[in-house]
Amino acid sequence: MVLPEDIRDTLKSVAALTEVVDSLGEDDNLFDRGLDSFGSVQLMLALEERYNIEFPDNLLNRRSFSTIRIIVETVSKLTVSAAA
Amino acid sequence: MDQLPARDPVSGPRSLLDRLFDQGLLVRTGVDGLYGRSGEFESVVEAVDRIATRLGAGDGAESLRFPPGMSRPAFERSGYLKGFPNLAGTIHCFCGNDADHARLLACIEAGTDWTGGQAASEIVLTPAACYPLYPVAAARGALPEGGLLFDLQSYCFRHEPSLEPTRMQMFRMREYVRMGSPDQVLAFRELWLERGTAMMRELGLPIAVDPANDPFFGRAGRMLANNQRAQGLKFELNVPVNSEDKPTACLSFNYHQDHFGTIWDIRQADGEVAHTACVGFGLERITLALLRHHGLDIEAWPDAVRDRLWG
Repeated sequence: MVLPEDIRDTLKSVAALTEVVDSLGEDDNLFDRGLDSFGSVQLMLALEERYNIEFPDNLLNRRSFSTIRIIVETVSKLTVSAAA
Repeated sequence: MDQLPARDPVSGPRSLLDRLFDQGLLVRTGVDGLYGRSGEFESVVEAVDRIATRLGAGDGAESLRFPPGMSRPAFERSGYLKGFPNLAGTIHCFCGNDADHARLLACIEAGTDWTGGQAASEIVLTPAACYPLYPVAAARGALPEGGLLFDLQSYCFRHEPSLEPTRMQMFRMREYVRMGSPDQVLAFRELWLERGTAMMRELGLPIAVDPANDPFFGRAGRMLANNQRAQGLKFELNVPVNSEDKPTACLSFNYHQDHFGTIWDIRQADGEVAHTACVGFGLERITLALLRHHGLDIEAWPDAVRDRLWG
């Protein structure tokens, strides 16, 4: 099970978000709070490593990494399909 | 001396690249994407370059010309290696002693790899004409109220060997670069979209302006490319040259947002991070598009096109 707090923990590894992670709401847009394109790549790689998943090409876009809630949903689906 | 590649057999249709060689417009060097240019070819490149100068003449751009190499620390800071490690070219040099020299010569004599002892120099090949500009602009301090506009041209290097003549490894890029507020740089990009489109139409070329992305490396690159397209940061003016299916980007119109402003701490007059945009003219690509569409005999090009280039 993927928890918002675990995602928050991963977000702390992204330099652009380290300072603001604790004040982020689950629906706050991370790109509005300082995440940039290269930061989103860092985030993708960190999530892939932590959850042993691989984001398919159709999810490699800004929306997939835009809020904590969306990340939780996306990673949850990918971990389920990885386990199947 | 390396052997130059053998000429293709004459059976079957000759590729555009072969015909350019046959006509003497481009000259083989033995490396795909690295070619000599004839005087005729250069006369077109120079004419296109002059048109770009005329189009921007009233804008008050500061003209700067950098050599085709840039400072390695500046290159590293630019972030180019995050997106394009496969395209970068570094300059390595011999920095050894007499014994190292002897080993190097022995390797060459034996036909084995002699490059292991080469050390990275402080110079990297320029990947895009604007890359050496940003640290120079940043060193001047905050931008004036109206921002800044620069006019650049440089040979550039990208390591992508190809048999498509439009994908050279060393080529010239003419650029105008705008620095200022988001409104200022976006207005600049719109203006050049109109100017560039009109220029290419007047040169009798079939064109299409399309959203585009840079060729970022790897899976991470696919995400960067998707983001770039989704945000409408890059447009290219395409002309069919090698094929109708894969037209060639002859001009590009790029909005970098605050990417370079943040990296180099370039500030607007009010202290906000500067935004930047650029328009790039691929001088060889435009020349090749003209040769493809009007023929390899430049003297026989339509009068209207010749007048636009040399009138």
